[in-house]
Amino acid sequence: MNIIHLLFWFLSGLALVSAIMVIASKNPVHSVLYLIITFFAISGHYILLNAQFLAIVNIIVYAGAIMVLFLFVVMLMNLNADTEPPKNRLMIFAGLISGGSLFLVIIAAIKKSDSITNLVQLNTGDAGLIKNLGKALFSDYVLPFEISSVLFLSAMIGAVVIGKKN
Amino acid sequence: MQIQYYIFLAIALFCVGVVGVLTRRNAIIIFMCIELMLNAVNLLLVAFSKMHAISPTAIPTAATDAQLFVFFIMVVAAAEVTVGLAIIVMMYRNTHSIDVNFLNRLKN
Repeated sequence: MNIIHLLFWFLSGLALVSAIMVIASKNPVHSVLYLIITFFAISGHYILLNAQFLAIVNIIVYAGAIMVLFLFVVMLMNLNADTEPPKNRLMIFAGLISGGSLFLVIIAAIKKSDSITNLVQLNTGDAGLIKNLGKALFSDYVLPFEISSVLFLSAMIGAVVIGKKN
Repeated sequence: MQIQYYIFLAIALFCVGVVGVLTRRNAIIIFMCIELMLNAVNLLLVAFSKMHAISPTAIPTAATDAQLFVFFIMVVAAAEVTVGLAIIVMMYRNTHSIDVNFLNRLKN
């Protein structure tokens, strides 16, 4: 049990606990903040896997841009714990049962696999370095890259059209 | 580290997201749970890419390709969030609530 394994268990526990707090907390602002903690823990996992580019992009795009957008919308609507609609106990129970049985079914299906004990390369390897990713992105994947810029443009126009007062 | 721990972690995160979508009625929280599920899948893709990188029969560019898939998933998620939050703001403007149970009809 060296430092990398300790970090793995710590980040996994942090991600799971804050993910559960996202759906358990009453106040939407707290949910957003717990989701930011989850994203930071997942970025820590990317760093452990030596995928530094994805770790940085995850922090910048998710924790930086997307969650600020969420926080902005939550505060724009003035949502507090008081405006939370009353809960239906039966619905919560049914949701927990469904999610838990989905978890058990997938675990039981995967548990018997032979390749489940394959090792993951931690803290070494150059697949995730920005040099290799950039070379692949601008040679083999240049068409999807350009198409994603069109996707962003259409998303931007769509957001403006939907949000426009008419 | 064995791949099974990453698989179990990703499945647990995904199922937490599923439970959130099924139980919460706040549209923003449902949307955040969808982001959580996307991130669980991204984590699993990166772990599989690093598992494949040390496999003896590995294709040389496969690990890089997997991480670019994750990059494109993030791109699509960012575009999705933009449109989805615009729809939620529009819904709040029309119904003065973001409870999804108010939206059980497509008309009126």
